[in-house]
Amino acid sequence: MMVTSESELAEAIAGAKGPLQVVGGGTRLPVSGEVLRVGISGVKLYEPGALTLVVGAGTPLAEVEDLLAAEGQRLAFEPMDYRPIMGSEGEPTIGGVVAANISGPRRVQAGACRDFLLGVRFVDGQGRVIKSGGRVMKNVTGYDLVKLMAGSWGTLGVLSEVSLKVLPAAEAVATVVVHGLEDAAAIKALSRALGSAYDVSGAAHIGQGTEARSLVRVEGFADSVVYRAGRLRELLGGFGEISVEDDPARNAALWKRIRDVEDFAGRAGDVWRLSLKPSDGPVAAAALRAAFGAEVIHDWGGGLIWALVPAGADLRAAMGDLPGHARIIRASADTVARLGRFHPRPAPVARLEAGLKEKYDPRGIFNPGLMG
Amino acid sequence: MQMPTPDQTILSRKDHIVRRLRTVLPDDAVIDAPEETRAYECDALSAYRCPPLAVVLPASTKEVAAALKICHEEGVPVVPRGSGTSLAGGALPTEDSIILGVARLNRVLETDYDNRFIRVQTGLTNLSVTGAVEDEGFFYAPDPSSQLACAIAGNIAMNSGGAHCLKYGVTTNNLMGVKMVLMDGSIIDLGGPCADMAGLDLLGLICGSEGQLGVVTEATLRILHKPEGARPVMMGFDSNEEAGACVSDIIKAGILPVAIEFMDRPVIRATENFVGAGYPDVEALLIVEVEGSEAEIAQQLARIIEIGQRHNPVEIRESGSAEESARIWAGRKAAFGAMGQINDYMCLDGTIPVSQLPFVLRRIGELSGEYGLGVGNVFHAGDGNMHPLILYDANKPGDLEKAESMGADILKLCVEVGGCLTGEHGVGVEKRELMDAQYNADDLDAQMAVKDVFDPAWLLNPAKVFPLAATAQRRARPMAAE
Repeated sequence: MMVTSESELAEAIAGAKGPLQVVGGGTRLPVSGEVLRVGISGVKLYEPGALTLVVGAGTPLAEVEDLLAAEGQRLAFEPMDYRPIMGSEGEPTIGGVVAANISGPRRVQAGACRDFLLGVRFVDGQGRVIKSGGRVMKNVTGYDLVKLMAGSWGTLGVLSEVSLKVLPAAEAVATVVVHGLEDAAAIKALSRALGSAYDVSGAAHIGQGTEARSLVRVEGFADSVVYRAGRLRELLGGFGEISVEDDPARNAALWKRIRDVEDFAGRAGDVWRLSLKPSDGPVAAAALRAAFGAEVIHDWGGGLIWALVPAGADLRAAMGDLPGHARIIRASADTVARLGRFHPRPAPVARLEAGLKEKYDPRGIFNPGLMG
Repeated sequence: MQMPTPDQTILSRKDHIVRRLRTVLPDDAVIDAPEETRAYECDALSAYRCPPLAVVLPASTKEVAAALKICHEEGVPVVPRGSGTSLAGGALPTEDSIILGVARLNRVLETDYDNRFIRVQTGLTNLSVTGAVEDEGFFYAPDPSSQLACAIAGNIAMNSGGAHCLKYGVTTNNLMGVKMVLMDGSIIDLGGPCADMAGLDLLGLICGSEGQLGVVTEATLRILHKPEGARPVMMGFDSNEEAGACVSDIIKAGILPVAIEFMDRPVIRATENFVGAGYPDVEALLIVEVEGSEAEIAQQLARIIEIGQRHNPVEIRESGSAEESARIWAGRKAAFGAMGQINDYMCLDGTIPVSQLPFVLRRIGELSGEYGLGVGNVFHAGDGNMHPLILYDANKPGDLEKAESMGADILKLCVEVGGCLTGEHGVGVEKRELMDAQYNADDLDAQMAVKDVFDPAWLLNPAKVFPLAATAQRRARPMAAE
């Protein structure tokens, strides 16, 4: 079932006879239920001078990005494209990005999708149209349901419209590359860079042995980028051999590779995503390699690990007592059913989440079991 | 302004309730003598006052939990209080409520520069968080103007902003985790040193919930390395339209200053009389500050000045030294005090789309004429967060009501042009009855449903945020146990 307006969406939900699988572009793992495709598309308002964009939730992400690029602006949270690792087709939508709070490498500097979400309109489980937030950057009027909806994966309501803060695109970019570091040294180097005054907008570590590369990105006006890349080069000089990549196209390709986890695309095995305290990144990576022979990519200065492991592996067991959580990104339906896609929450928190689910979706029809 | 009628059964059980609280808290942490509870009768919205039943000052999360559990069992409303600097009446008690102050929760628990966070108890003041990390070159970004006094607990409750949030965001963008106590005394942890949440973003929901969902006792806050330097430029214009267009053009040019502050003529004149910052006598004044190395600052300021030149400026003054920077900021920082020299004032906090600036300023001027009350505008122009200051005489009968009425008209105007009632102060009691202007019954119901989950008996700060009529049924408490 495809809806193209908010009123159609409300009608479809009010009249639903059973579970609904809420879908934007359909680029991620499916759940059970009748497909409810949100095709509410189109730009309602774009004011570059106010850094504000209001769009239908079903608007293709590519359309949004093209529109912004034409004005020299962008979505600063750098949403990833799931298609390469999922092997999926379909057109990612902005509503899907918001619903899953998808945020890329620039999260370390700019923040996550939820930090740029100014307002939402959604339809709850009873078919009521609800709005929260608005189109202005500072808004503390009532509870922040905007944050609640971001990352709720369509389990509390179905987004019909989103308002986003956008930012200027950078005039220039450079990546300081440290070669051949072990994980522990690499994360130390990334921490040093992120803890500097040089406004680092990406901090990732890929590969192992001599092929290992620790990547530190700076963006902004051209002179400023040259200056900060130079200072970072000095700052990280003690860690190992250093080069600076300043070619725009090669930088774009490099960070797209990190953002979209391209290294795991088309390869056998399950893909997991671990959220950790950055300095625990190397500890977790070592545990995953020892337990499963995992292949690991560090992003967010060590705070995010992408892991490729043999099918059916349970990474949560291998995490031990490390604070953080692990989510299945790609695995068989059996594995998802056995382990749960989302990391279990402590009982009192789970009770609150269940309470909210009960209030917003009393019939339990939205993406049943997805976050549970 | 109305508050609910106090529950007589609670008042009559005061001794019993206080005795029970003393069983879990040290003697000096439970205050019930009328001459002492008076100190807690209001916050910075001082037009409204009411001493609470009693005050508790727990010194640990466990003590908070024990006190809340008792209040829950006794069916007593609890009003959490940070430092009492709320401009919206967020910490205003009722006669039948217990004030729970976090002032004794004032320790730094952990600083972690590698992972760029600090974990603190929430009674700590905003400025002392930066104070705890500045020797290492770090700072905590949200900087509300009350930062010397305001507590992190209140910052989280109100999702406080500040002058520099155009670049660094507000509290919710810098809050990584909390330990909080629910009304029934249970303790939960949300978020932490990891970047995101395992499940629903309950942390985002807590921030800005005005102390209605739980009492936050510990917070994990993001800290950042200080920039190498910062410097402002001041630009004066003969029309609000030109100043507004200049703000828009700066942003469109891809520059992201840390602050763009706006002052109109009444405020400029008031501050000149007060501190003599040397501002020109113009219709609109902008202070734009940028950060970075010396060369980066110079480059950005050059671009900003070039844009300013296109809008017929009366004067442009670039700071060349720390002294000049301080002088440019002096008037802005003294603006509220300067207006206070003229008369009592009411400070509003509506936010508007930046593009509506000239229209809204014109309309506020008209309302000022209609009501016969002076008004000055000083605000964060980059994000549209306005702070109209309505001048009135508190000793003149009817003047406060007139100012409130004018304030309500201005806030409704903010909503009409696509903005909101409050950008950083919170709803509290002040804007509670205006919520209908921004949200319909379903919108409000969806928000109140959250409180139903966290605090089913509606005991935490119950008479705030939502129109009293809308919450009447939920606040009805037949259950007060003996």
